Amino acid sequence: MQSRLPVLVFALVMAAIPHLPGMPPFWIVLLDNIGLAALVAMGLVLLTGVGGLTSFGQAAFVGFGAYTTAVLSTAYGLSPWLTLPLSLLVSGSLAVLLGLITVRLSGHYLPLGTLAWGLGLFYLFSKLEFLGRNDGISAIPPLSIGAFKMLSPGSIYYAIWVAVIVSALLTMNLLDSRTGRAIRALRRGHVAAEAFGVHTPRAKLLVFIHAAVLAGLSGWLYAHLQRAVNPTPFGAQAGIEYLFIAVVGGAGYVWGGVLGAAIVVVLKEVLQSYLPLILPGSGQVETIVFGIMLVALLQLAPGGLWPWLISFLPERSGGRKPDTSLKLEHRARAAGESGVLLQVEKARKQFGGVVAVNNVSFDVQAREIVALIGPNGAGKSTTFNLITGVLSATSGSISVLGKKVDNAPPQEIVKLGISRTFQHVKLVPDMTVLENVAIGAHLRGHSGPITSMLRLDRADEAKLLAEAARQIERVGLTEQMHQLAGSLSLGQQRIVEIARALCVDPMLLLLDEPAAGLRHMEKQRLAALLRELRDGGMSVLLVEHDMGFVMNLADRIVVLDFGTKIAEGTPATIKTNPEVIKAYLGVAA
Amino acid sequence: MNTTIMLFLVQDGITNGAIYALLGLALVLVFAVTRVILIPQGEFVTYGALTYASLAAGQMPGTAKLALALGIGAFAFDLFVARKALHGRLVVRSCITNIVLPAIVLALTIYFAAQKPPVAVCIALSLVIVAMIGLYLYRIAFQPLAHTSVLVLLIASVGVHLALQGLGLLFFGAEGQRGPAVLSGAFTAGALRFTGQSITVYAITIAFIVGLWLFFGLTLYGKALRATAVNRLGARLAGIRTTLSGQIAFLLASVIGALSGIMIVPITTLYYDSGFLIGLKGFVAAIIGGLVSYPLTAVAALVVGIVEAFSSFYASNYKEVIVFMLLIPVLLLRSLAAPAVEEEKD
Repeated sequence: MQSRLPVLVFALVMAAIPHLPGMPPFWIVLLDNIGLAALVAMGLVLLTGVGGLTSFGQAAFVGFGAYTTAVLSTAYGLSPWLTLPLSLLVSGSLAVLLGLITVRLSGHYLPLGTLAWGLGLFYLFSKLEFLGRNDGISAIPPLSIGAFKMLSPGSIYYAIWVAVIVSALLTMNLLDSRTGRAIRALRRGHVAAEAFGVHTPRAKLLVFIHAAVLAGLSGWLYAHLQRAVNPTPFGAQAGIEYLFIAVVGGAGYVWGGVLGAAIVVVLKEVLQSYLPLILPGSGQVETIVFGIMLVALLQLAPGGLWPWLISFLPERSGGRKPDTSLKLEHRARAAGESGVLLQVEKARKQFGGVVAVNNVSFDVQAREIVALIGPNGAGKSTTFNLITGVLSATSGSISVLGKKVDNAPPQEIVKLGISRTFQHVKLVPDMTVLENVAIGAHLRGHSGPITSMLRLDRADEAKLLAEAARQIERVGLTEQMHQLAGSLSLGQQRIVEIARALCVDPMLLLLDEPAAGLRHMEKQRLAALLRELRDGGMSVLLVEHDMGFVMNLADRIVVLDFGTKIAEGTPATIKTNPEVIKAYLGVAA
Repeated sequence: MNTTIMLFLVQDGITNGAIYALLGLALVLVFAVTRVILIPQGEFVTYGALTYASLAAGQMPGTAKLALALGIGAFAFDLFVARKALHGRLVVRSCITNIVLPAIVLALTIYFAAQKPPVAVCIALSLVIVAMIGLYLYRIAFQPLAHTSVLVLLIASVGVHLALQGLGLLFFGAEGQRGPAVLSGAFTAGALRFTGQSITVYAITIAFIVGLWLFFGLTLYGKALRATAVNRLGARLAGIRTTLSGQIAFLLASVIGALSGIMIVPITTLYYDSGFLIGLKGFVAAIIGGLVSYPLTAVAALVVGIVEAFSSFYASNYKEVIVFMLLIPVLLLRSLAAPAVEEEKD
């Protein structure tokens, strides 16, 4: 989707820089350092900016990469090219280990957890005998190709920047794919992503490993650039510094990492070399000024500098419409999706002493629109959450096509062909409508992260996007397809959620207040769409407050009040039911 | 190991743990109210300690000047924010709290520093100076960012930490300092010797824990702070000035930090950069307490202190490794016990 032309231009510029006449060698050293920092920051962009997982521990992974090659190439005389995969492997597998224990941490535990093991590992580096304790390891052999040894900063420059540009391309490819959409949905909480089959802990672990491998690569290059390693650059300070490189550059953008690295490295260098001239004789003035500038920068551009720069570029016209002639094969349907689809029996949910859902039983038949109504706080949304596995029932049972699915996780429920929308819209606001809807088809695609990075997923990807485009067309939002989901009105966002749910190719659609925020004409169009879906063989269970909408649409209505079912029947019988009238209007005095 | 060594280690651990508990409490307080993970907490410790030690040695601490400089900055921020609707009362009030107050304190400091003041005066001056620094820092660095994400606040907090640490070197030099004991004298009970200093540490920690508990439980300001912690917008709608809550939180944190510093500096030599590690251990305790619970944080801090004491006896090389790795199992347990559904909002 994104044009690769700017990247090519950037690569050519970077290749030309060392050949510029009069280029001071010192600048090349700076560029080497920028490249090394950019690699780590890029991983953090994916991890923190996109995935929402803040890590202070990246410096430790740089250390793993650097120490692996240092030990193997000095003590065992291995060629640096052989140690490259080993360095990446060590960082990657330690990421699996540390990731398994930390990515499960929620909220602010995660950054602090990474800070903790980051510090612990730093002290470990400086205490272990075979890593040379505080002195580290020196006399690491340089990278070499044949007889050409990359001894000078100018010769390893190419290795570093090839690594940066290739990593950036792979990372961008990853983000623009099925896996990438799952990663980008992580930051917005996992409820919505899991409802469409995304295994969020696995997605988190994946970005964690990706970031660690990039850090390991940076460490490997660092070891062969410096030709010596010691624990200092892998401590907590460095870990924090990588994080603010990412934040200053723009934590949500791959190139923000590169820009941030350039700004921070150059700024530090300038401060270190020029400040003493202005303010002679004082110790750490550069740290003071650096700290102050960092705060000032954040106050001026809290989102980082890259998005701020990008906002000056002319807005690009929306992307291409996917080729909707490509068909995604239908979900394998269980034999005989007829009769009772969903059976809820005496479902009960207690939150402490509050009984939110009190032994509620009802069913949904094939080709039927059932409405769940009741005053606010009647337990309707909780019932939805019980059915879709977001909450687990205290007692009672829920079966789909006669099979009990009690307390199955959301990812399993959606596999059965039950998809849903949310009362409070859960879209990823900084992704386009098309990308949001494509998350719905997550389980119908097959490409993994590696194929996505190498761009081998295009056939699969085209089908997914085609399906998403088809569903968007079906709900009537074709014109908004390439807009950011966050820019739509709330009513339109609800419709986007319906399109996303339809992408699952469901047999049962659960809609939580789909008509809220819609205008009259839009409601009629929605009702027509739902009838069309029913006639096409789908069942719909919806929660709705708009009585006119419900009465005209539903085949059957279930009424809840204070968590208890008080009535069930056709719209006509419900309208005259005295219990229902009492619940809605109170008793006449 | 015999009982004497064990008792001695436990005692040592409890003394350190009490300090970590205080710092942990301050971190929890600031995070809950402002969402700032207060990395500069360690600088409040060293500033308090070294200001106290400098004053006691009859030297002029640079922190007093810093307070005035930050105050002028805070005044400028106040004026800039209110530039569209400036009125006399606001300007005068801001001028008094941000400029007149630190100027008076600076004058007092210059006056007293020349004549080796008594311990009580040193303590009072150090506390006031660091408290003002904390207050103005919030105004300058964090209040303009109050609406941003935890991550941005965290990075800003790192920036402040770097700047303060650099300033610390400028003010106090690379040499370590020690201060006079707050309370001299000692007594023995069995094999253990209790110094006046360690008794002070225990007493002040307990007083603070009880005080904070009373403050949050019984006073209107305390309740306002808790309301801000739970829901910023809701608190504002209820008429609570959330900036005021932030200021109170930072004020308390800086006082607690400075007080901890003053209590440690007679026991161990502190350097301009010692605060970071001390603050981090307070952190460990705060995280174990889940950044929400005060009693749990206090207990966790004692555990951290004791573990540190024992590991420095048995495996002093790996002391820090052990203390920080202690967190991992605790974090695991906590997050498995309560898999909270979090939705990060920008």
